[in-house]
Amino acid sequence: MTRVAWYRLLVVAGAIALLEGLCLAGAIDKITMQPPHLIARDLYRMLVSGRMNGAIMKTLSNTVLALGLALGVGIVAGALLHRLRALRDTLDPLFATYYAVPIFAFYPFFIVVFGLGDLPQILIAFMLGVVAMIVNTLNGLDRVPVVLLKTARIMQLSPIDTALRVTLPSAAPYIVTGIKLAVAYAFIGVIGSEFITSRGGIGYEISFAYTSFDNATMYPLIVLILLASIAINAALSGWEKRLLAKRGMR
Amino acid sequence: MNGSRWRGPRNALILVAALVALWQGLYWWVGDVALASPAATLRYTAKLVTGESFGMHLFDTMRAFAIAFALSVVIGLLAGFWLGFDRLSGDTLEPMIVAVYAIPKLTLYPILLLAFGLGLSAKVAFGVLHGVIPIILFTLAAVRNTKPILIKTGHVLKLSRSQMVRWILFPAAIPEIFTGLRVGFALTLIGCLLAEMFASQRGLGYLLMTGIGLHNVELIMSVTLLIIVFAAAVSVLLLQIDLRLHRRV
Repeated sequence: MTRVAWYRLLVVAGAIALLEGLCLAGAIDKITMQPPHLIARDLYRMLVSGRMNGAIMKTLSNTVLALGLALGVGIVAGALLHRLRALRDTLDPLFATYYAVPIFAFYPFFIVVFGLGDLPQILIAFMLGVVAMIVNTLNGLDRVPVVLLKTARIMQLSPIDTALRVTLPSAAPYIVTGIKLAVAYAFIGVIGSEFITSRGGIGYEISFAYTSFDNATMYPLIVLILLASIAINAALSGWEKRLLAKRGMR
Repeated sequence: MNGSRWRGPRNALILVAALVALWQGLYWWVGDVALASPAATLRYTAKLVTGESFGMHLFDTMRAFAIAFALSVVIGLLAGFWLGFDRLSGDTLEPMIVAVYAIPKLTLYPILLLAFGLGLSAKVAFGVLHGVIPIILFTLAAVRNTKPILIKTGHVLKLSRSQMVRWILFPAAIPEIFTGLRVGFALTLIGCLLAEMFASQRGLGYLLMTGIGLHNVELIMSVTLLIIVFAAAVSVLLLQIDLRLHRRV
């Protein structure tokens, strides 16, 4: 491990030790938070007993569904918009301001239209993720070196071969950036909307535990989500960095 | 030349017209139960805005938002400058801050509620949690990417650390920092509204949730419309300033 990685570990360990100390000393009372070692124990018991498996599966399947839609639609729409200059110019102000608009504000409206099922959550997660995917696909396609496209034409590659062998690999680092963002947004969209109002899922379980003062369920679930999203983000960031390094861009 | 100057506003106009048309089309398709038409929503919005309780809700949201944004800016700039200056702490903490950015932060809200209690301070804390991260990250990057020659000039002139920030780093980093502030502004607003949608008795987010409870489609759509128009308008304005700052450099 590098020196910086050690420091990082030290910061995290220090923070946890500080929390543990404050909880044990009574500076943070039991109603507010349990000491970290109890949270770890509760999380272990919860996972072993499997009583949250249903909620976890529900959240995961909705996230994967929304993510799949966002990636598919995002890449195809990005590729199309790259060809249609006029449409792209028209949509540009939308892309520029999109993430300034609270997409969650649409959630009540979707509930009214589609009912309180999975669909509103998937739609919110999709809407959050798809634009990041479109914008990054466009970004990647803009940066494909012209000389490579010319080479493809000289080699008389078919459009499909050009896409698979030249354009996509060349735009890959940007597309991976898009995927990384879309994954984070899909997670945020599903869990966030479960949290606001829903009938199940991890977000729902957390808000339910909160309203019934059940800290022994709430904190382990929060920690579970933190660990999962940090692990996924780290894995995707590693992939992104390797691709960039291969292109000599970092 | 004239053409390029008007292209932006023209595209925005076409876009708005297309969105309104889409909305009207959707209304004809699903009907009155689930959707209010653009005209009906505008009428209801006018009634809502002139009604008496709306001022209180708006004031509550805006107060939480203003405090949260001010705190985000101060904390974000201080942390950003520190992490940008100090290579070791920057390298250590930056990936951790990026990781926090990808967390579904709504799940942390119960902790804030328990720590701050139900009310203004929890809302503000949640807004800051959202808004401060982009400001830190953009400021950090801006300070790090300052041209070495500028910093060398500062050393030659024997500037102290505070003079260095005041006369060299800050002016050089302004465009990047402004981008951070623009993103932070939007995220702080999102944070405050989300906080109101869960466990709150006042504010625009609360009004949205009452709309669901009462199944009042017009109320939901009016508040959604107001929030979106406000967020989009401010964001367009900030984007213009942002582009101008970047062009100057």
